Amino acid sequence: MITHTPQVPSSASVSKLMLHVGYALIPGTAAYVWLFGIGVLIQILLACITAVVTEGIILALRKRPVTQTLADGSALLTAVLLALAISPIAPWWIIVLGTAFAIIFGKQLYGGIGYNPFNPAMLGYVMLLISFPLEMTRWPAAFSLLEQTPTLQTSFDVIFNAGLGVDTVSGATPLDAIKTQLAQGVDISATLISPSYGELFGSLAGVGWEVVSLGFLLGGIYLLLTGRIAWQIPAAMLATLGVLSSIFYLIDSTQYISPLLHLFGGASMLGAFFIATDPVSAATTPRGRIYYGIGIGILTFVIRTWGGYPEGLAFAVLLMNMAAPTIDHYTRPVVFGQSRK
Amino acid sequence: MTTSLHQVYDFRGGLYLDEHKSISTSTPIEAALIPSILVLPLSQHIGAAAKPCVAVGDSVLKGQLIATADGRVSAPVHASSSGEVIAIEKRHVPHPSQLKAECIIIKTDGRDTVIEQEQTGLSNYHSLRSDELRQRIHDAGIVGLGGAGFPSHIKLKPGGHHVETLILNAAECEPYITCDDMLMREHAPAIINGLRIMQQALHAKHCMIGIEDNKIEAFTALQEAIGNDTDIDIVRVPTRYPAGGERQLIYSLTGKEAPSQGRPLEIGIVCHNVGTALAVNDAITKAEPLVSRVVTLTGSGIPQPRNIHVLLGTPVDDLLKHCHADSDDIGRIMIGGPMMGFVLDSTTAPVTKTTNCVLVTHKRDIQKPETSLPCIRCGDCADVCPVNLLPQQLYWYARSQEFDHVQDYNLFDCIECGCCDVVCPSRIPLVQYFRFAKTTIWQQERDKEKSDKARERHELRLERLEREKREKRERHNRKKAALKKEPDQKDDPKKAAILAAMKRVKEKKSTESVTPGNTDDLSSEQQSKIDAADARRAKNKKDKNGA
Repeated sequence: MITHTPQVPSSASVSKLMLHVGYALIPGTAAYVWLFGIGVLIQILLACITAVVTEGIILALRKRPVTQTLADGSALLTAVLLALAISPIAPWWIIVLGTAFAIIFGKQLYGGIGYNPFNPAMLGYVMLLISFPLEMTRWPAAFSLLEQTPTLQTSFDVIFNAGLGVDTVSGATPLDAIKTQLAQGVDISATLISPSYGELFGSLAGVGWEVVSLGFLLGGIYLLLTGRIAWQIPAAMLATLGVLSSIFYLIDSTQYISPLLHLFGGASMLGAFFIATDPVSAATTPRGRIYYGIGIGILTFVIRTWGGYPEGLAFAVLLMNMAAPTIDHYTRPVVFGQSRK
Repeated sequence: MTTSLHQVYDFRGGLYLDEHKSISTSTPIEAALIPSILVLPLSQHIGAAAKPCVAVGDSVLKGQLIATADGRVSAPVHASSSGEVIAIEKRHVPHPSQLKAECIIIKTDGRDTVIEQEQTGLSNYHSLRSDELRQRIHDAGIVGLGGAGFPSHIKLKPGGHHVETLILNAAECEPYITCDDMLMREHAPAIINGLRIMQQALHAKHCMIGIEDNKIEAFTALQEAIGNDTDIDIVRVPTRYPAGGERQLIYSLTGKEAPSQGRPLEIGIVCHNVGTALAVNDAITKAEPLVSRVVTLTGSGIPQPRNIHVLLGTPVDDLLKHCHADSDDIGRIMIGGPMMGFVLDSTTAPVTKTTNCVLVTHKRDIQKPETSLPCIRCGDCADVCPVNLLPQQLYWYARSQEFDHVQDYNLFDCIECGCCDVVCPSRIPLVQYFRFAKTTIWQQERDKEKSDKARERHELRLERLEREKREKRERHNRKKAALKKEPDQKDDPKKAAILAAMKRVKEKKSTESVTPGNTDDLSSEQQSKIDAADARRAKNKKDKNGA
């Protein structure tokens, strides 16, 4: 018998929240599949199976309720986000390894949902990036850039058959191309019109990638409007990234990529709305979330611009995860009735 | 009168809840029933319990004083019907702790004979001074009827502060409860008169009434009662829980934040409930003490939800029977609303001054308790917190019993409104954790105080023992010395004679002085040396004699 109050029916639940985040991923994912192939779905499927099996085993070992905990959907969400973050043409063991690592070391060893200090998906991603740089940096080209659309067989072969035919589907990503060219002394304006790379760039950012980003933006807006994520983090992060990149772009557009490319080129939209907003590992105070978003924006820009990797979002998120408790401590809101003191 | 144009400030947080109010407002307030037994707790208010002034076997009349206030923060208790005092003992009372408390039990005679009060009612209260008004309100046993039960005479004392605004809290924001709504519909003029009396007691410059915008009939009735008076503003506030929280209402009406851990009086504002205003009116104009109140009997377990005048002390059982509530169907009984009320275990517990609602839920509507999941720090709780706390952080520290941190995060500003609980996706009973943390901290403070006192007492005891020992020793020594001396002188004249002779010789010796020679032509240095030697000699002699 319940003896405490309040006692009013409530419909809020964690699994519902996770489910809606999942819904919000549909537009971006659909565009991704449409433009880059079925490999995206295969990766998601592999990740989900791995996540459920791994979390199930660990929960059983920890003597925790298995089905009830799995039903909260958080493991599946981690799996989907990681699958979307890695290359759709990566071999199967990459995503299996990464997901298992994310679930075991990123989440369950800390005590499961609610207790992980780091974003599990990003932890898995960074582990993979550091351990398997070759597989992690080989990306597909958009179908429109390929001479012929790969068959289903090719997609399966690339993932399950030791990367057979991977060269027919892969291509440089826009951020990668610019970075490589800059390293060779070719400035950005030249890269944008060069015969080998020019075709990579669309009207906003990379061909194909820009549509995927718009899809994730759409889903993100849905989450914002339904109040399922805090607006402060994506707003602060994207604004910071936009402002910083604009400043440098205005200073020297031959050395610094355009704000549009920053916002719609890499993982910015997916990161801003779906990864940085993971509440468990993010800052939790309203003001703290703004600082947290700004921090991710700055770090992403810095790593992309001056770091060794073309994409810096995962590192930025993990670094800010570490800062979150401190940010929370110093950004406590003023309690009602204390402002006059 | 200014009404619709008044600005309403938007308090932060809060929730739009299902109201469930219309189910209990379709019929007028029912007249009181007289139960066979009245159970009148001595503590129906915040502060010291009242002291009984009747004995078992005494006959009492309705309105007769049966327990007097004990100290300043206390309130007297009156018999709510005529009959005989059959016991003064511990009984179940409506309290979250479910503990028993001291009550006066009256077996009613059914005649409901009213005692003749010493004072008569005054239609012209203006002739009374503020302190006389307060005294009468105190003597009538009036406490805050909104639920807190703070003795009203204290809240009607400006105590050096200048009261700018007296606010009448007519918001009644909790779901299900409609007793204030019905009172306003039916007794608006008396409520406004009560407000005027309170205004005079406080010397308040003007009055405001805050009423939720869902109470249209009550609003109209109050408007009519106010008439053309210009110093009472009636303001409709949005129906958003907890609009009727004292601080929230003050903010909504004035835009001022009552200081945290302080009283609204410090910013020149006093807030009273409509039920209290009516009780004040009855106490002053009719000289009637507080012996009944309106209670909302509602919920899915009550066949016909309604409001009813209830004699204080009427057991909840009698009310349920009166409403034909089938005890087999009852899943849960709560006192107060679903957000801030508490579950009642024993239906023998009576209605008290602060019982505004008996919420009975049918057993088919009882939800199975859900297991809570870990907090995911989504922050929804912080978004709805009307006090701007961070419940997710408070929860974290309360759970790990880090009570210093809990207080750093302003636990004691929590008003336990329950909004955070309702929105929590992990279904964590947050308020329950906060209550636990509060009571534990209070307990620790009491324990510390107790142990401090105990240590102090222990130290004092040691000191006393030491002193007694010392005194005993001294006494003993003195006695011993006295025993040595006294018998010598008294019992043995010979010895006494010898002693006396020796004494004489000694005295003679000490007075005898050697005539100093060779004292001519002394330098001042030599002279001073001689003086010092003389002084030493004299001192030695004295010491020797004295020993």
